[in-house]
Amino acid sequence: MRLYRLLPVIPAGALVGSGWIANRLEPRILGLPFLLAWIVGWVVATSVVMLIVYRLDARSPNPAIPPTRVEPE
Amino acid sequence: MNAALAIIAASFALALGLGLRARRGRQMSLTEWAVGGRAFGAILIFLLLAGEIYTTFTFLGASGWAYGRGAPAFYILCYGAVAYIMSYWLAPAIWRYARTNDLVSQPDFFAHKYDSRPFGILVALVGVVAMIPYLVLQLKGLGIIVSEASLGAVSPTVAIWLGVIAVVVYVMISGIHASAWTAVVKDILILGVAIFLGLYLPARLHGGIGPMFDTIEAQRPGFLTLPATGQSASWFASTVLLTALGFYLWPHTFGSIYSAKASEAFRKNAIVMPLYQLVMLFVFFVGFAALLEVPGLQGTDADLALLRVSVKTFDPWVVGIIGAAGVLTALVPGSMILMSAATILSKNVILRDAPPEDPRLPRLAKGLVPVIAAVALWFTFRGGDSIVALLLMGYAFVTQLAPALLCSLLPRNPLTGAGAIAGLVAGEATVAWVTIGKVSFASLLPDAPTWVQDLNVGFAALIVNVAAATVVSLVGRRGPARA
Repeated sequence: MRLYRLLPVIPAGALVGSGWIANRLEPRILGLPFLLAWIVGWVVATSVVMLIVYRLDARSPNPAIPPTRVEPE
Repeated sequence: MNAALAIIAASFALALGLGLRARRGRQMSLTEWAVGGRAFGAILIFLLLAGEIYTTFTFLGASGWAYGRGAPAFYILCYGAVAYIMSYWLAPAIWRYARTNDLVSQPDFFAHKYDSRPFGILVALVGVVAMIPYLVLQLKGLGIIVSEASLGAVSPTVAIWLGVIAVVVYVMISGIHASAWTAVVKDILILGVAIFLGLYLPARLHGGIGPMFDTIEAQRPGFLTLPATGQSASWFASTVLLTALGFYLWPHTFGSIYSAKASEAFRKNAIVMPLYQLVMLFVFFVGFAALLEVPGLQGTDADLALLRVSVKTFDPWVVGIIGAAGVLTALVPGSMILMSAATILSKNVILRDAPPEDPRLPRLAKGLVPVIAAVALWFTFRGGDSIVALLLMGYAFVTQLAPALLCSLLPRNPLTGAGAIAGLVAGEATVAWVTIGKVSFASLLPDAPTWVQDLNVGFAALIVNVAAATVVSLVGRRGPARA
């Protein structure tokens, strides 16, 4: 198990839990209510995190995903 | 004919022309027609998936939610990102299995994974039942867009008929190639329109995005944060999770995964798509700008907010471009749904024994396209507002496929075919009961804390689903072993 594969849990958790973590109007960021700015920030972070995972997957010698079995179980 | 109408008509013609041209002398086997011969590159896959995901529901619905409900609308921005994270691993696994086993449709996948034809038929029926209201909603949206943008010069009925005829013709002739090429135009147009409107309207009407939110907060305190009860933080979290689970389980989205040439496309998509879906942010801005400019739209009329504020603000030719973008957001997913439903009915319900290259399959599938379109038309004109309830039920229906999908991708599948069938049946029955009876966690558990009562009731159906699937799988596994 490559630990970096768990990285996306952070943005996913931040987005799913945004109602508990960031349900505020202030501070406003670029004019946006804080809740909306929080969500926008983590959506952008999702892209960055997936790029990191993609790069690390591409660098590792093993195939990124185990080969699929041909036969149905 | 006013300028708006001319531009909308031109976009119709362009979509039809591109759709017809997309065929380019291909021999249309079912694989070619339904999944593009598994030869689409990363960019086409991106456009196709984006084209299916950003529908009239997002264009009109997201602005409508921002207008009508405020902060709860933000969930729309979240679930996509969560779904794309999952797709990084799920989509390549589904794609690889489909390619190795020569699969064409979503029910193929489940029938093959569980080695159970009855399960395949069941998944096929669930998919078709879920897709019809989705198609009806696209058609209704199309009618609204054309009639509003043409200032009533074209009635919704005429617009819907024209739209259906265009889609039926190009789907029958070019299949998924038509959807992909229309999606190219649609995506460029919708991106431009959404960003322009989202920046221009707040600036012009309220002096910028910050001042706009100041005014909203002054007029409607609490509108820009989640309420303490109802659509609260726990509603938000549970709804984001459920919608993300259902995201790729729509049969037409699932099926379009098969059309990729290489699984690399999906991993790249998972990087780009979250950024791309920030377009929704600008759609929210339009909804908020409309709230102050064209107040008073109640209930489902909130979906008209984007068009009403555009008609009030812009010259007809700008409205025409907005309308054209709206028309394409209906045509692309509409064509994918029609094609998927026809493929599923012909391959998984009617001609179950035919191999994918059987020449009868594409003939039958194409023949079913106008039939399915006619059914959707009937519901569009006769269905009334209950269609929104049906759509929500459709989303909940496809989400019930999640346990069977996720388990089938594990190294050792804990579920048997019989277990998967039992889970799906029990889950769907719960969805129907909950939707029709308007049941919620609040009504089921009147004494539970608020955060439990606000949970999306879709979770109840998933729990029932998993429980039934587990019990039947355990019993079934033990039975034959003893005998």
